[in-house]
Amino acid sequence: MGLLSKKDAKLITDPLADNNPITIQVLGICSALAITAELKASIVMAISVVFVLAIGNVVISLIRNIIPSKIRIIVQLIVVATLVIIVDQVLKAFAYELSKTLSVFVGLIITNCIIMGRFEAFALANGPWRSFLDGIGNSAGYGIILIIVGFFRELLGSGTLLGIKVLGDPIEKTGVYAYGYENNGFMLLAPMALITIGIIIWVQRSRNTALIEHN
Amino acid sequence: MAKNTDSNLYTILFASGMVLIVGTLLAFLATSLKEKITENKRIEKQQNILYAMGINENGESSVEFVSKNIVGAEFSKYITKQLVITGTDAVEDPNAYLIDIKKEATDAKNPNYNRRLPLFIGEKDGVTLYIVPVRGKGLWDAIWGYIALDNQLIVQGVYFDHAAETPGLGSNIKERFFMDDFKGEHILDGDTFKGITAAKGNADPKNMNKTDFQVDAIAGATITGDGISAMIKKDLRMYVPYLKTLKQ
Repeated sequence: MGLLSKKDAKLITDPLADNNPITIQVLGICSALAITAELKASIVMAISVVFVLAIGNVVISLIRNIIPSKIRIIVQLIVVATLVIIVDQVLKAFAYELSKTLSVFVGLIITNCIIMGRFEAFALANGPWRSFLDGIGNSAGYGIILIIVGFFRELLGSGTLLGIKVLGDPIEKTGVYAYGYENNGFMLLAPMALITIGIIIWVQRSRNTALIEHN
Repeated sequence: MAKNTDSNLYTILFASGMVLIVGTLLAFLATSLKEKITENKRIEKQQNILYAMGINENGESSVEFVSKNIVGAEFSKYITKQLVITGTDAVEDPNAYLIDIKKEATDAKNPNYNRRLPLFIGEKDGVTLYIVPVRGKGLWDAIWGYIALDNQLIVQGVYFDHAAETPGLGSNIKERFFMDDFKGEHILDGDTFKGITAAKGNADPKNMNKTDFQVDAIAGATITGDGISAMIKKDLRMYVPYLKTLKQ
Protein backbone atom coordinates (compact mmCIF):
# COMPACT_ATOMS: atom_id res chain seq x y z
CA MET A 1 0.00 0.00 0.00
CA GLY A 2 1.94 2.97 -1.26
CA LEU A 3 -0.81 5.33 -0.17
CA LEU A 4 -0.50 4.55 3.50
CA SER A 5 2.44 4.87 5.82
CA LYS A 6 3.53 1.69 7.59
CA LYS A 7 1.90 2.85 10.80
CA ASP A 8 -1.41 3.62 9.05
CA ALA A 9 -1.40 0.32 7.18
CA LYS A 10 -1.07 -1.49 10.49
CA LEU A 11 -4.36 0.07 11.57
CA ILE A 12 -6.04 -1.94 8.85
CA THR A 13 -4.03 -5.15 8.91
CA ASP A 14 -3.76 -5.60 12.68
CA PRO A 15 -7.47 -6.10 13.40
CA LEU A 16 -7.68 -8.64 10.59
CA ALA A 17 -5.56 -11.13 12.49
CA ASP A 18 -3.44 -10.39 15.53
CA ASN A 19 -5.79 -7.86 17.09
CA ASN A 20 -9.07 -9.19 15.75
CA PRO A 21 -12.06 -7.59 17.48
CA ILE A 22 -13.88 -10.89 17.94
CA THR A 23 -11.18 -13.42 18.65
CA ILE A 24 -8.71 -11.20 20.54
CA GLN A 25 -10.64 -8.21 21.89
CA VAL A 26 -13.77 -10.36 22.37
CA LEU A 27 -16.11 -7.58 21.16
CA GLY A 28 -19.22 -8.01 19.06
CA ILE A 29 -19.86 -11.59 20.17
CA CYS A 30 -23.61 -11.08 20.58
CA SER A 31 -24.26 -10.22 16.95
CA ALA A 32 -21.80 -12.91 15.86
CA LEU A 33 -24.00 -15.45 17.63
CA ALA A 34 -27.29 -14.02 16.46
CA ILE A 35 -26.96 -13.74 12.72
CA THR A 36 -24.41 -16.28 11.51
CA ALA A 37 -26.85 -19.13 10.81
CA GLU A 38 -26.69 -18.10 7.16
CA LEU A 39 -23.79 -16.91 5.03
CA LYS A 40 -25.88 -14.22 3.33
CA ALA A 41 -26.90 -12.60 6.62
CA SER A 42 -23.25 -12.61 7.75
CA ILE A 43 -22.13 -10.83 4.58
CA VAL A 44 -24.87 -8.19 4.79
CA MET A 45 -24.05 -7.52 8.44
CA ALA A 46 -20.32 -7.32 7.68
CA ILE A 47 -20.84 -4.71 4.95
CA SER A 48 -23.24 -2.65 7.09
CA VAL A 49 -20.81 -2.56 10.00
CA VAL A 50 -17.95 -1.44 7.73
CA PHE A 51 -20.04 1.58 6.66
CA VAL A 52 -21.30 2.52 10.09
CA LEU A 53 -18.03 2.04 11.93
CA ALA A 54 -15.89 3.90 9.37
CA ILE A 55 -18.22 6.91 9.19
CA GLY A 56 -19.01 6.86 12.91
CA ASN A 57 -15.35 6.79 13.82
CA VAL A 58 -14.72 9.85 11.63
CA VAL A 59 -17.64 11.79 13.15
CA ILE A 60 -16.60 10.99 16.71
CA SER A 61 -13.00 11.81 15.92
CA LEU A 62 -14.00 15.22 14.49
CA ILE A 63 -15.95 16.21 17.59
CA ARG A 64 -13.67 14.46 20.10
CA ASN A 65 -12.34 17.70 21.58
CA ILE A 66 -15.70 19.22 22.31
CA ILE A 67 -17.52 16.17 23.73
CA PRO A 68 -18.03 16.58 27.49
CA SER A 69 -16.45 13.48 29.01
CA LYS A 70 -19.34 12.92 31.44
CA ILE A 71 -21.81 12.20 28.68
CA ARG A 72 -19.49 10.85 26.01
CA ILE A 73 -21.09 7.39 25.92
CA ILE A 74 -24.51 8.94 25.29
CA VAL A 75 -23.06 11.16 22.59
CA GLN A 76 -21.48 8.12 20.92
CA LEU A 77 -24.78 6.28 21.06
CA ILE A 78 -26.62 9.19 19.48
CA VAL A 79 -24.08 9.38 16.67
CA VAL A 80 -24.46 5.67 15.84
CA ALA A 81 -28.23 5.74 16.12
CA THR A 82 -28.52 8.85 13.94
CA LEU A 83 -26.26 7.41 11.27
CA VAL A 84 -28.15 4.14 11.16
CA ILE A 85 -31.55 5.84 11.04
CA ILE A 86 -30.45 8.18 8.24
CA VAL A 87 -29.18 5.25 6.17
CA ASP A 88 -32.34 3.27 6.91
CA GLN A 89 -34.70 6.11 5.94
CA VAL A 90 -32.83 6.99 2.75
CA LEU A 91 -32.82 3.34 1.70
CA LYS A 92 -36.54 3.05 2.45
CA ALA A 93 -37.23 5.94 0.10
CA PHE A 94 -34.84 5.13 -2.72
CA ALA A 95 -33.98 1.43 -2.50
CA TYR A 96 -36.94 -0.19 -0.80
CA GLU A 97 -36.02 -3.83 -1.52
CA LEU A 98 -32.53 -3.35 -0.13
CA SER A 99 -33.91 -1.67 2.98
CA LYS A 100 -36.17 -4.68 3.60
CA THR A 101 -33.10 -6.89 3.70
CA LEU A 102 -31.22 -4.52 5.98
CA SER A 103 -34.00 -3.45 8.34
CA VAL A 104 -33.55 -6.41 10.69
CA PHE A 105 -29.91 -5.48 11.14
CA VAL A 106 -30.55 -1.91 12.26
CA GLY A 107 -31.05 -2.80 15.92
CA LEU A 108 -28.11 -5.17 15.88
CA ILE A 109 -25.79 -2.53 14.45
CA ILE A 110 -26.68 0.10 17.06
CA THR A 111 -26.06 -2.30 19.92
CA ASN A 112 -22.89 -3.79 18.44
CA CYS A 113 -20.19 -3.39 21.06
CA ILE A 114 -17.44 -3.15 18.44
CA ILE A 115 -18.82 0.20 17.40
CA MET A 116 -18.96 1.65 20.89
CA GLY A 117 -15.66 -0.06 21.71
CA ARG A 118 -13.79 1.54 18.82
CA PHE A 119 -15.33 4.98 19.44
CA GLU A 120 -14.25 4.80 23.04
CA ALA A 121 -10.84 3.21 22.54
CA PHE A 122 -9.69 4.83 19.32
CA ALA A 123 -11.73 7.63 17.79
CA LEU A 124 -11.76 9.70 21.00
CA ALA A 125 -7.97 9.84 20.96
CA ASN A 126 -7.04 9.96 17.26
CA GLY A 127 -7.51 12.10 14.17
CA PRO A 128 -10.21 11.50 11.55
CA TRP A 129 -8.03 9.80 8.93
CA ARG A 130 -6.51 7.32 11.36
CA SER A 131 -9.95 6.73 12.89
CA PHE A 132 -11.36 6.03 9.46
CA LEU A 133 -8.67 3.41 8.80
CA ASP A 134 -9.18 1.93 12.24
CA GLY A 135 -12.91 1.68 11.55
CA ILE A 136 -12.36 -0.09 8.24
CA GLY A 137 -9.80 -2.44 9.77
CA ASN A 138 -11.83 -3.45 12.78
CA SER A 139 -15.11 -3.90 10.96
CA ALA A 140 -13.34 -5.95 8.29
CA GLY A 141 -11.77 -8.11 10.98
CA TYR A 142 -15.19 -8.56 12.51
CA GLY A 143 -16.71 -9.29 9.11
CA ILE A 144 -14.14 -11.96 8.26
CA ILE A 145 -14.90 -13.94 11.42
CA LEU A 146 -18.63 -13.51 10.80
CA ILE A 147 -18.30 -14.86 7.27
CA ILE A 148 -16.15 -17.82 8.39
CA VAL A 149 -18.66 -18.75 11.11
CA GLY A 150 -21.59 -18.21 8.74
CA PHE A 151 -19.94 -20.41 6.12
CA PHE A 152 -19.54 -23.39 8.46
CA ARG A 153 -22.88 -23.00 10.19
CA GLU A 154 -24.86 -22.83 6.97
CA LEU A 155 -22.84 -25.64 5.33
CA LEU A 156 -23.09 -28.07 8.24
CA GLY A 157 -26.47 -26.94 9.53
CA SER A 158 -28.52 -26.65 6.35
CA GLY A 159 -26.23 -28.18 3.73
CA THR A 160 -26.48 -24.99 1.68
CA LEU A 161 -24.30 -21.97 0.89
CA LEU A 162 -26.01 -18.66 0.10
CA GLY A 163 -29.19 -20.74 -0.20
CA ILE A 164 -27.77 -23.05 -2.88
CA LYS A 165 -27.94 -26.74 -2.05
CA VAL A 166 -24.26 -27.70 -2.34
CA LEU A 167 -24.49 -31.06 -0.59
CA GLY A 168 -27.59 -32.41 -2.34
CA ASP A 169 -31.18 -32.56 -1.18
CA PRO A 170 -31.69 -33.82 2.39
CA ILE A 171 -35.32 -34.81 1.81
CA GLU A 172 -34.90 -36.45 -1.59
CA LYS A 173 -31.66 -38.10 -0.36
CA THR A 174 -29.40 -37.02 -3.22
CA GLY A 175 -25.71 -36.05 -3.15
CA VAL A 176 -23.91 -36.87 0.11
CA TYR A 177 -27.25 -37.54 1.80
CA ALA A 178 -27.50 -40.74 -0.26
CA TYR A 179 -24.58 -42.11 1.83
CA GLY A 180 -26.33 -41.51 5.14
CA TYR A 181 -25.04 -38.00 5.85
CA GLU A 182 -27.41 -35.82 7.87
CA ASN A 183 -27.52 -32.08 8.50
CA ASN A 184 -26.62 -31.10 12.03
CA GLY A 185 -29.56 -28.93 13.09
CA PHE A 186 -27.67 -27.96 16.22
CA MET A 187 -25.35 -25.85 14.04
CA LEU A 188 -28.25 -23.46 13.47
CA LEU A 189 -28.60 -22.66 17.15
CA ALA A 190 -26.60 -19.99 18.98
CA PRO A 191 -24.46 -22.33 21.15
CA MET A 192 -22.76 -23.76 18.06
CA ALA A 193 -21.78 -20.26 16.95
CA LEU A 194 -20.00 -19.83 20.25
CA ILE A 195 -18.27 -23.20 19.84
CA THR A 196 -17.28 -22.33 16.25
CA ILE A 197 -15.80 -19.03 17.41
CA GLY A 198 -14.05 -20.96 20.19
CA ILE A 199 -12.47 -23.24 17.62
CA ILE A 200 -11.31 -20.25 15.56
CA ILE A 201 -9.76 -18.72 18.69
CA TRP A 202 -8.03 -22.02 19.49
CA VAL A 203 -6.64 -22.44 15.96
CA GLN A 204 -5.45 -18.82 15.87
CA ARG A 205 -3.66 -19.02 19.21
CA SER A 206 -2.05 -22.36 18.57
CA ARG A 207 -0.57 -20.95 15.36
CA ASN A 208 0.64 -17.79 17.06
CA THR A 209 1.47 -18.56 20.67
CA ALA A 210 2.34 -14.91 21.36
CA LEU A 211 -1.39 -14.23 21.49
CA ILE A 212 -2.00 -16.49 24.49
CA GLU A 213 -2.74 -14.50 27.63
CA HIS A 214 -0.74 -15.43 30.73
CA ASN A 215 -2.20 -14.79 34.11
CA MET B 1 -11.34 24.97 25.52
CA ALA B 2 -10.55 21.44 26.56
CA LYS B 3 -10.43 22.16 30.26
CA ASN B 4 -13.95 23.55 30.64
CA THR B 5 -15.65 20.63 28.85
CA ASP B 6 -16.12 19.11 32.30
CA SER B 7 -18.29 21.89 33.69
CA ASN B 8 -21.97 21.16 34.25
CA LEU B 9 -23.10 24.17 32.24
CA TYR B 10 -21.07 23.10 29.22
CA THR B 11 -22.37 19.54 29.47
CA ILE B 12 -25.98 20.71 29.51
CA LEU B 13 -25.44 23.15 26.66
CA PHE B 14 -23.68 20.50 24.59
CA ALA B 15 -26.46 17.98 25.23
CA SER B 16 -29.18 20.48 24.31
CA GLY B 17 -27.30 21.56 21.19
CA MET B 18 -26.83 17.97 20.10
CA VAL B 19 -30.51 17.11 20.66
CA LEU B 20 -31.49 20.17 18.65
CA ILE B 21 -29.21 19.38 15.73
CA VAL B 22 -29.95 15.66 15.59
CA GLY B 23 -33.67 16.21 16.14
CA THR B 24 -33.94 18.78 13.37
CA LEU B 25 -31.91 16.64 11.01
CA LEU B 26 -34.02 13.53 11.56
CA ALA B 27 -37.33 15.39 11.53
CA PHE B 28 -36.39 17.10 8.28
CA LEU B 29 -35.33 13.80 6.75
CA ALA B 30 -38.46 12.00 7.90
CA THR B 31 -40.88 14.60 6.55
CA SER B 32 -39.11 15.05 3.25
CA LEU B 33 -38.97 11.31 2.61
CA LYS B 34 -42.39 10.41 4.01
CA GLU B 35 -44.27 10.61 0.74
CA LYS B 36 -41.83 8.36 -1.07
CA ILE B 37 -41.81 5.82 1.75
CA THR B 38 -45.63 5.66 1.91
CA GLU B 39 -45.75 5.15 -1.83
CA ASN B 40 -43.18 2.35 -1.59
CA LYS B 41 -45.25 0.69 1.12
CA ARG B 42 -48.41 0.92 -0.98
CA ILE B 43 -46.65 -0.67 -3.94
CA GLU B 44 -45.29 -3.38 -1.68
CA LYS B 45 -48.78 -4.20 -0.43
CA GLN B 46 -50.01 -4.67 -3.98
CA GLN B 47 -46.98 -6.82 -4.77
CA ASN B 48 -47.58 -8.95 -1.66
CA ILE B 49 -51.25 -9.52 -2.47
CA LEU B 50 -50.42 -10.48 -6.04
CA TYR B 51 -47.63 -12.73 -4.79
CA ALA B 52 -50.02 -14.66 -2.54
CA MET B 53 -52.32 -15.38 -5.47
CA GLY B 54 -49.39 -16.69 -7.50
CA ILE B 55 -48.70 -13.67 -9.66
CA ASN B 56 -44.98 -13.12 -9.35
CA GLU B 57 -41.73 -13.52 -11.23
CA ASN B 58 -40.28 -16.30 -9.11
CA GLY B 59 -37.23 -18.15 -10.32
CA GLU B 60 -36.57 -21.74 -9.30
CA SER B 61 -36.17 -20.94 -5.63
CA SER B 62 -36.17 -17.14 -5.46
CA VAL B 63 -38.93 -14.80 -4.34
CA GLU B 64 -39.53 -12.14 -7.00
CA PHE B 65 -42.46 -9.76 -7.08
CA VAL B 66 -43.96 -8.35 -10.26
CA SER B 67 -41.91 -5.27 -11.01
CA LYS B 68 -42.73 -1.87 -9.57
CA ASN B 69 -43.62 -0.34 -12.95
CA ILE B 70 -46.37 -2.75 -13.82
CA VAL B 71 -47.71 -3.63 -10.38
CA GLY B 72 -50.48 -1.03 -10.51
CA ALA B 73 -51.79 -2.32 -13.84
CA GLU B 74 -51.45 -5.97 -12.79
CA PHE B 75 -53.25 -5.26 -9.54
CA SER B 76 -56.29 -3.77 -11.24
CA LYS B 77 -56.22 -6.55 -13.83
CA TYR B 78 -56.19 -9.51 -11.44
CA ILE B 79 -57.96 -8.16 -8.37
CA THR B 80 -61.56 -8.03 -9.48
CA LYS B 81 -63.17 -6.92 -6.26
CA GLN B 82 -62.18 -5.62 -2.86
CA LEU B 83 -64.57 -6.08 0.03
CA VAL B 84 -64.76 -4.67 3.52
CA ILE B 85 -66.51 -7.08 5.86
CA THR B 86 -68.07 -5.65 9.00
CA GLY B 87 -70.02 -8.20 11.00
CA THR B 88 -72.16 -9.93 8.37
CA ASP B 89 -72.11 -7.10 5.83
CA ALA B 90 -69.72 -7.08 2.92
CA VAL B 91 -69.33 -3.78 1.11
CA GLU B 92 -67.25 -3.15 -1.97
CA ASP B 93 -64.44 -0.67 -1.53
CA PRO B 94 -61.78 -0.14 -4.22
CA ASN B 95 -59.28 1.00 -1.59
CA ALA B 96 -59.83 -1.78 0.91
CA TYR B 97 -56.18 -2.79 0.60
CA LEU B 98 -55.16 0.48 2.22
CA ILE B 99 -56.92 -0.41 5.49
CA ASP B 100 -54.37 -0.55 8.30
CA ILE B 101 -54.78 -4.03 9.83
CA LYS B 102 -52.75 -3.10 12.87
CA LYS B 103 -54.97 -0.11 13.63
CA GLU B 104 -58.13 -2.16 13.12
CA ALA B 105 -56.89 -4.77 15.58
CA THR B 106 -56.17 -2.08 18.19
CA ASP B 107 -59.52 -0.36 17.67
CA ALA B 108 -61.32 -3.70 17.93
CA LYS B 109 -60.34 -3.89 21.60
CA ASN B 110 -63.13 -1.40 22.14
CA PRO B 111 -66.26 -3.63 22.26
CA ASN B 112 -68.36 -0.98 20.51
CA TYR B 113 -66.10 -0.87 17.49
CA ASN B 114 -67.10 -2.83 14.42
CA ARG B 115 -63.86 -4.15 13.04
CA ARG B 116 -63.46 -3.73 9.30
CA LEU B 117 -62.00 -6.79 7.61
CA PRO B 118 -60.61 -6.24 4.13
CA LEU B 119 -60.90 -9.15 1.69
CA PHE B 120 -59.47 -9.16 -1.81
CA ILE B 121 -61.04 -11.20 -4.56
CA GLY B 122 -58.87 -12.04 -7.52
CA GLU B 123 -59.15 -14.17 -10.57
CA LYS B 124 -56.29 -16.17 -12.01
CA ASP B 125 -56.60 -18.74 -14.80
CA GLY B 126 -60.37 -18.86 -14.34
CA VAL B 127 -60.13 -19.65 -10.61
CA THR B 128 -61.52 -17.15 -8.13
CA LEU B 129 -59.20 -16.58 -5.19
CA TYR B 130 -59.98 -14.95 -1.87
CA ILE B 131 -56.99 -13.23 -0.34
CA VAL B 132 -57.03 -12.64 3.40
CA PRO B 133 -54.54 -10.40 5.20
CA VAL B 134 -53.25 -11.65 8.55
CA ARG B 135 -51.06 -10.05 11.18
CA GLY B 136 -49.49 -11.28 14.40
CA LYS B 137 -46.44 -11.38 16.64
CA GLY B 138 -43.12 -13.07 15.94
CA LEU B 139 -40.19 -13.29 18.31
CA TRP B 140 -38.95 -9.70 18.11
CA ASP B 141 -41.60 -7.73 16.29
CA ALA B 142 -44.64 -7.95 14.06
CA ILE B 143 -45.16 -10.60 11.41
CA TRP B 144 -47.84 -10.43 8.74
CA GLY B 145 -48.91 -12.00 5.54
CA TYR B 146 -51.54 -12.71 2.90
CA ILE B 147 -53.27 -16.05 2.41
CA ALA B 148 -55.03 -16.88 -0.86
CA LEU B 149 -57.86 -19.43 -0.65
CA ASP B 150 -60.14 -20.88 -3.30
CA ASN B 151 -63.88 -21.23 -2.78
CA GLN B 152 -63.37 -24.67 -1.16
CA LEU B 153 -61.22 -22.90 1.45
CA ILE B 154 -58.05 -24.66 0.33
CA VAL B 155 -54.89 -22.56 0.46
CA GLN B 156 -53.61 -21.66 -3.01
CA GLY B 157 -50.68 -19.51 -1.98
CA VAL B 158 -49.31 -17.39 0.84
CA TYR B 159 -46.92 -14.56 1.40
CA PHE B 160 -45.35 -13.90 4.79
CA ASP B 161 -43.19 -11.02 5.92
CA HIS B 162 -41.70 -9.77 9.17
CA ALA B 163 -40.29 -6.63 10.72
CA ALA B 164 -37.30 -7.96 12.61
CA GLU B 165 -37.10 -11.74 12.95
CA THR B 166 -33.63 -13.23 13.46
CA PRO B 167 -31.73 -13.30 10.15
CA GLY B 168 -31.17 -16.86 8.99
CA LEU B 169 -33.73 -18.36 11.39
CA GLY B 170 -37.10 -16.66 11.86
CA SER B 171 -36.52 -14.49 8.80
CA ASN B 172 -36.87 -17.66 6.71
CA ILE B 173 -40.66 -17.44 6.91
CA LYS B 174 -40.45 -15.33 3.75
CA GLU B 175 -38.44 -17.97 1.91
CA ARG B 176 -39.92 -20.25 -0.70
CA PHE B 177 -39.25 -23.52 1.12
CA PHE B 178 -41.50 -22.38 3.95
CA MET B 179 -44.21 -20.49 2.06
CA ASP B 180 -44.61 -23.09 -0.70
CA ASP B 181 -45.48 -25.75 1.91
CA PHE B 182 -48.79 -24.00 2.56
CA LYS B 183 -50.07 -24.58 -0.96
CA GLY B 184 -52.90 -27.10 -1.01
CA GLU B 185 -53.33 -27.21 2.77
CA HIS B 186 -56.88 -27.40 4.06
CA ILE B 187 -58.03 -25.14 6.87
CA LEU B 188 -61.38 -26.77 7.62
CA ASP B 189 -61.94 -30.20 9.14
CA GLY B 190 -65.42 -30.93 7.90
CA ASP B 191 -67.07 -27.82 9.19
CA THR B 192 -64.69 -26.86 12.00
CA PHE B 193 -61.94 -24.32 11.47
CA LYS B 194 -58.53 -25.82 12.26
CA GLY B 195 -56.09 -23.34 10.76
CA ILE B 196 -52.56 -24.39 9.84
CA THR B 197 -49.86 -25.07 12.43
CA ALA B 198 -46.13 -24.79 11.83
CA ALA B 199 -45.30 -28.05 13.59
CA LYS B 200 -42.01 -29.57 14.66
CA GLY B 201 -41.46 -33.27 14.10
CA ASN B 202 -44.69 -33.80 12.21
CA ALA B 203 -43.19 -36.80 10.38
CA ASP B 204 -44.22 -35.25 7.08
CA PRO B 205 -41.24 -33.13 5.97
CA LYS B 206 -42.15 -33.52 2.30
CA ASN B 207 -45.60 -32.22 3.17
CA MET B 208 -47.46 -34.92 1.27
CA ASN B 209 -50.41 -34.91 3.63
CA LYS B 210 -52.45 -31.82 2.86
CA THR B 211 -55.23 -32.47 5.35
CA ASP B 212 -53.18 -32.66 8.55
CA PHE B 213 -53.43 -28.88 9.13
CA GLN B 214 -49.66 -28.82 9.57
CA VAL B 215 -46.59 -27.61 7.73
CA ASP B 216 -43.00 -28.36 8.69
CA ALA B 217 -41.62 -25.73 11.07
CA ILE B 218 -38.21 -24.06 10.67
CA ALA B 219 -35.44 -25.37 12.96
CA GLY B 220 -34.28 -22.65 15.32
CA ALA B 221 -37.36 -20.49 14.77
CA THR B 222 -39.85 -21.97 17.24
CA ILE B 223 -41.37 -18.70 18.44
CA THR B 224 -41.67 -17.26 14.95
CA GLY B 225 -43.34 -20.49 13.83
CA ASP B 226 -45.76 -20.39 16.76
CA GLY B 227 -46.49 -16.78 15.80
CA ILE B 228 -47.40 -17.90 12.27
CA SER B 229 -49.75 -20.60 13.60
CA ALA B 230 -51.37 -18.19 16.06
CA MET B 231 -51.75 -15.44 13.46
CA ILE B 232 -53.51 -17.82 11.06
CA LYS B 233 -55.78 -19.19 13.80
CA LYS B 234 -56.72 -15.76 15.09
CA ASP B 235 -57.04 -13.61 11.96
CA LEU B 236 -58.16 -16.16 9.40
CA ARG B 237 -60.87 -17.39 11.79
CA MET B 238 -62.63 -14.02 11.58
CA TYR B 239 -63.14 -14.54 7.84
CA VAL B 240 -64.35 -18.13 8.04
CA PRO B 241 -68.06 -17.35 8.59
CA TYR B 242 -68.06 -15.21 5.45
CA LEU B 243 -65.92 -17.60 3.41
CA LYS B 244 -68.17 -20.53 4.32
CA THR B 245 -71.07 -18.83 2.58
CA LEU B 246 -69.05 -19.10 -0.67
CA LYS B 247 -68.52 -22.81 -0.26
CA GLN B 248 -72.07 -23.86 -1.12
